[in-house]
Amino acid sequence: MWAYVGRRLLLAIPTLLGASIIVFAMVHLAPGDPLSAVMPVDASQADIEAARRTYGFDQPLPVQYLRWLGRVVQGDLGKSIATRRPVLQDVQDAFKNSLVLALSASLLAFGIGIAIGLFAAFRQGRVLDKLMSAVAIVGVSVPHYWAGIILIIVFSVQLNWLPAMGASAEGGAVEYLRHMALPTVALALIPLGVLARVVRSAALDILAQEFVLALRAKGLGRGMIFAHVVRNAAPQILTVLGLQFGFQLGGSVLVETVFSWPGTGYLMNLAIFQRDLPVLQGVILVLATFFVLLNLAVDLAQTLVDPRIARH
Amino acid sequence: MDTSTLAPPITPADVETVVGAPMSYWRTVAWRLRQDPATIVAGALLLLIAFSAILAPVLAPYDPNVGSIRLRLAPVGAPSHLLGTDEQGRDMLTRLLWGGRMTLLAGLTPVLVGFVFGTMLGVLAGYVGGVTNTVIMRTMDVFYAFPAVLLAIAISGSLGPGLWNTLISLSVVFIPRVVRVAESATVQVKSLEFVAAARASGSGVWPIMRHHLLANVLGPVLVFSSTQVSLSIILAAGLSFLGLGVTPPAAEWGLMLNTLRGSIYVNAWVPALPGVAIFLTSMAFNLLSDGLRDAMEIRV
Repeated sequence: MWAYVGRRLLLAIPTLLGASIIVFAMVHLAPGDPLSAVMPVDASQADIEAARRTYGFDQPLPVQYLRWLGRVVQGDLGKSIATRRPVLQDVQDAFKNSLVLALSASLLAFGIGIAIGLFAAFRQGRVLDKLMSAVAIVGVSVPHYWAGIILIIVFSVQLNWLPAMGASAEGGAVEYLRHMALPTVALALIPLGVLARVVRSAALDILAQEFVLALRAKGLGRGMIFAHVVRNAAPQILTVLGLQFGFQLGGSVLVETVFSWPGTGYLMNLAIFQRDLPVLQGVILVLATFFVLLNLAVDLAQTLVDPRIARH
Repeated sequence: MDTSTLAPPITPADVETVVGAPMSYWRTVAWRLRQDPATIVAGALLLLIAFSAILAPVLAPYDPNVGSIRLRLAPVGAPSHLLGTDEQGRDMLTRLLWGGRMTLLAGLTPVLVGFVFGTMLGVLAGYVGGVTNTVIMRTMDVFYAFPAVLLAIAISGSLGPGLWNTLISLSVVFIPRVVRVAESATVQVKSLEFVAAARASGSGVWPIMRHHLLANVLGPVLVFSSTQVSLSIILAAGLSFLGLGVTPPAAEWGLMLNTLRGSIYVNAWVPALPGVAIFLTSMAFNLLSDGLRDAMEIRV
């Protein structure tokens, strides 16, 4: 098993390097001069050349990449072109806000999603199953940014119960939670639907196996059979949990934009429209790194839950 | 009327006993699809959406890009504007019809591109194996380091707004996914005996790929690709919602949602309509792909 853990750790390195190349290439494939957005219109040619040298844009791309990577490994993501603040600091602040949102949405989605999936599986073919499956398909089909707008229309505009925008730290914990409520629900919809569907089909697979029949024949009660099903479905569910958590952190751009939630997605959106390439690179790189490490952690956790996986 | 009480449902097995020959796989699939009420409803809805998008120039009562300043944000059911008007006084029904063209185009094309190129790359990697496989599959793994939404927005954000850039960024999202499915299906089929038999009887690499592998790989890839359509539509509309897709004044559901978003304090429900269109389309594709998966008895 330790050999497997070691191999899995080593495999993450080329993936991370590849991801860094994509992030670098992505930003440098961009049309237009990255400096045009920040330089004053009447800047002289000499000023532009000087700025280009300061940012290193005059070097060949592979050299730029290696230099960039060298700095990144030391935790230096450069400075924002727009605000001149260190990118790492901006990304850190945004990441914290995104993490809080992703965690609360995950708690909500995983709790309800798993419950719905298990209920549906144990009531297969009955009305409750059909109802739960309908909820699940709505969850995976709904454009979450639109769901966010609907939530704002209902709870902010019409009922005036909850704030529609931003996250204020000044108002204390209660105010922060009130700002978090709507984006949390909007972000939770998709993983809720996905979870419900995956859990239902995983539980049905296990219920169809012979050992469950044997357990039933042995006279085991419902609760015990339930425990067996959950235990056997755990590795598969765990994978989906990990992936979905990562998706919520990396994929919350749309929801964060709808609610002006000051997270990584919002920062990324800002960077795109200000053509602030160092910030854009920094956000994407941090999120991708987190996602790769998360997948690694999930894989390793899976082998703990089900040691058979390591042997394959 | 509840038909289940009248007679037991006919199964493919019954047909086979009467006809005397086994039903072909595709006829069985088509037959099963017709038996599933959810699939029929979803299929009918999609046909309706597709036809109204294609026929938008004929059906739409107004010009999609001409509005009346005096008639801004008319509510749903307003006289002569069935679904109200938008923030520039343009007819919503007209723009929803026209918008479907863009959203469907931007949502379906990337999955189609992914299907074609992903299958080619995946079959190649799976059949040839060795270094080719390692190079292709490790490259695809790198794209898996990004959640789909992040990858699409990052590429679109770097390339800038526009329909072409949306298509490019979404294709980059879907190709690696299809490659994975095609590769693992190919590796599975390759080890089956009939492929060995074809090789032993002197069949070349290309005929084997074309006749034997592709036929058996296409099923899983088709089912998988069909599950991705709804995601692709939500993402395509999402990109233009962020201002990264088609540019105004074009009618596109995501973009309409974006430009109308500021008007929810004036007229709450008209701005929600483009989202209803995205939602219904995406749900219909999900139901259809569920039906297809069950009918083809394929799990991906």
